[in-house]
Amino acid sequence: MGLKSDYVREVKAFQPSPPYAANAVKAFLVGGTLCALAQWLADWYGGTFAAPPLEAHLWASMMMAGLAIVLTAVGKYDDFSQFAGAGATMLITGLANAIASAAIEHRSEGWTAGVAGQMLKAGGAAVIYGLIAAYVLGLVWP
Amino acid sequence: MEYVRAFFVGGLLCAIVQLVIDRGKWTPAGVAGSLVVLGVLLGFGGVYDRLAVWAGAGATMPLSGFGYWLAKGVMAEPRPEGFVETGAAVFRFAGALFSFIVAGSFAAALTCKPKG
Repeated sequence: MGLKSDYVREVKAFQPSPPYAANAVKAFLVGGTLCALAQWLADWYGGTFAAPPLEAHLWASMMMAGLAIVLTAVGKYDDFSQFAGAGATMLITGLANAIASAAIEHRSEGWTAGVAGQMLKAGGAAVIYGLIAAYVLGLVWP
Repeated sequence: MEYVRAFFVGGLLCAIVQLVIDRGKWTPAGVAGSLVVLGVLLGFGGVYDRLAVWAGAGATMPLSGFGYWLAKGVMAEPRPEGFVETGAAVFRFAGALFSFIVAGSFAAALTCKPKG
């Protein structure tokens, strides 16, 4: 019922179906490769500095995020996530890309209202829902 | 062997999320938020601890891993108590990542102009 749902149903027949299998395979390969790379970084850090696994994985995630920020800054991450879809956007690197690209994009509006204010425009949903869930659960968890 | 496990778990998670996005019912930002909340829930339940030990970066690199860091800060010993300690503990591990990303992004905005 309603104009909007009628419209959605009517145009459905004319919309091309996304290539589910091809997209999923690309996401699988790229996402898996990035995770294996992060695993290698974590192993290297854990072995070199005798760090516990938790710290090593945190460091590896930070390094991957740093790499994503650099790739975003030179404008290469977009091509990459066009190809990989969820394999690039649903990792920590995707969060770093979302925050960095919003920061760079709003540079022309000034440092306070533009960069600092708009930085979490795209990545904010993930951070804020997670933060609320963890805080509320942490308060009530036995 | 741990690389193979990281590859498969991380890849499988991305492939499933890709299918959810392609179905078209949820926006990518909604999917990302749900993935983080899922990581928080599994992190509190203790499931994610075992997954992170088994699959390594395959579990910590997807966005659900960010949720796991948030939950892990609260669940790690010594457990925080009350509003003040819990609020600080949420960022015990996730804060390292979040601070790094925000500061790095600001540095990127300082030095680079938008491309494309």
